[in-house]
Amino acid sequence: MSESRLTALEPPRASLSQKLLTWGVWLAVGLVLALSFKGAQIGNLPSLWQNSANTSAYMRDYVHPDFSSWPTVRMYIEQMGLTIAVAIWGTVISVVLAVPFALLSSANIAPSWIVFPVRRLMDVLRSVNELVLGTAFVVAVGLGPLAGVLALALHNTGVLAKLFSEAVEAVDNAPIEGVRATGGTRLHEIVWGVIPQVGPLWTSFALYRFESSARSATVLGLIGAGGIGQILFDNINSFNYARVSAIAIVIVVAVTLIDIASSAIRKRLL
Amino acid sequence: MSSLVEVQSVTKTYVQKAQGDTPSRPFKALDAVSFAMTKPERIGLIGPSGSGKSTLLRSLSGLIVTETGTVTVLDKTVQSAGRLGEDVRAARASMGMIAQSFNLVGRLSLFTNAALGLLGRINPWRGFFGLWTVEEKQRVMAALDHVGIAERAGQRANTLSGGQQQRGAIARAIVQDAKLILADEPVASLDPVSARRVMELLVDVNERQKVGVIVTLHQVDYARKYCDRILALKAGKIVYDGPADTLGLEQLKDIYGSEIESAYWGEI
Repeated sequence: MSESRLTALEPPRASLSQKLLTWGVWLAVGLVLALSFKGAQIGNLPSLWQNSANTSAYMRDYVHPDFSSWPTVRMYIEQMGLTIAVAIWGTVISVVLAVPFALLSSANIAPSWIVFPVRRLMDVLRSVNELVLGTAFVVAVGLGPLAGVLALALHNTGVLAKLFSEAVEAVDNAPIEGVRATGGTRLHEIVWGVIPQVGPLWTSFALYRFESSARSATVLGLIGAGGIGQILFDNINSFNYARVSAIAIVIVVAVTLIDIASSAIRKRLL
Repeated sequence: MSSLVEVQSVTKTYVQKAQGDTPSRPFKALDAVSFAMTKPERIGLIGPSGSGKSTLLRSLSGLIVTETGTVTVLDKTVQSAGRLGEDVRAARASMGMIAQSFNLVGRLSLFTNAALGLLGRINPWRGFFGLWTVEEKQRVMAALDHVGIAERAGQRANTLSGGQQQRGAIARAIVQDAKLILADEPVASLDPVSARRVMELLVDVNERQKVGVIVTLHQVDYARKYCDRILALKAGKIVYDGPADTLGLEQLKDIYGSEIESAYWGEI
């Protein structure tokens, strides 16, 4: 009996519909790539090396960064500090705002009629880029770092509220029930049961957003939010590429240091 | 005070999710269950998995809301006809809860965990910020000393062994000045030595501080040894309610099925 069964056993084969589905998916991917080929000007790719003479002239200044004048370099560093200050305050405000919004958008804490609208609001905040928010705040509070701080704060509130609430929704329920069973209130459950569980993860997320805020704050100089970014774009516009290169180096060093420090802290937290 | 616990025809239905060909169907975890505890005794809740032990225990503190029936603890209504009573928090404040899955908050110190037993009886804002008074702190330490782990007060709960965590939960109940301790499979994840210490501690708290203890147990021998009354559940119904020493093999076979003999019955 076992012999006849052995001959009858066949490895599984993909059915026709499965095969069609696989080919359909590949066809769709190919179609999407082809349709977007022209719009993205991929056909112009050869110009990257056809105009190599221009590029090398442009790059010549870049490989000679201008660190000749110490007062200028000190100004770069001060402006970099300003940019980091913008990132710090943008992140701190967003953390303060994100905590209540995260709790209100966690399905295991808040009722669904609150969770749904709060989540949609956070989606909106998250989907609007810092630069767009920044231009709005420049109109509201004028040119300068504060507009950058508010732009970062609002965008990151959307991001952090989502990350925070995902952490809250993954907490272990037993300790929360332990607090509830002592006769504690809902607030006690959150403070003593939820926050201690998500604390390290929340801190890690906040630091991660600080890293990316430090990068974003640089770009915010483009719309007049001050800091090293503004100096960078002024020098790009005046074709002063040796200085642009020096500024870029300052930015890369600062952002790298922040990344290293922050990820070292995050590793220890988790 | 009329009674510590009074449960009157409590029913709880769960909907079993559809699995494969079997469609979803309701099943009664508790089917018109009634019992009362009139003096501080030790009740062992036994029964096969899914018989409703945990559901019954958790409904006593209102962690599970049943559909019908009434649960009264220390003359306070925990729940009635599918709704939590207004003074459920006051009732919970006098009940200690110990769970199999160690319901201490892992990242908080053992001290803070035991101090959380104060939450139900102090000003909510003081509890919110964790501002314990000197007397309260001493009371917490005394409770930890009582269960024999005072020297670990500063340690994070998740660095403690399972037995130590369960003793921490008992300390929290002592801090609560609980009149009733509800223990849901407190020894199911413990080694035999730790399990015995936890059970002995529950007996000690019951005898010395006159605290009623209701404990769900998988081990029938533990129930017979450490409890003075046994409630056996089967398919959501109480099938035995009586002294631990009159629970016989015939009843156990009825509760667990005929294979119980080899698994559980032995001299203790």
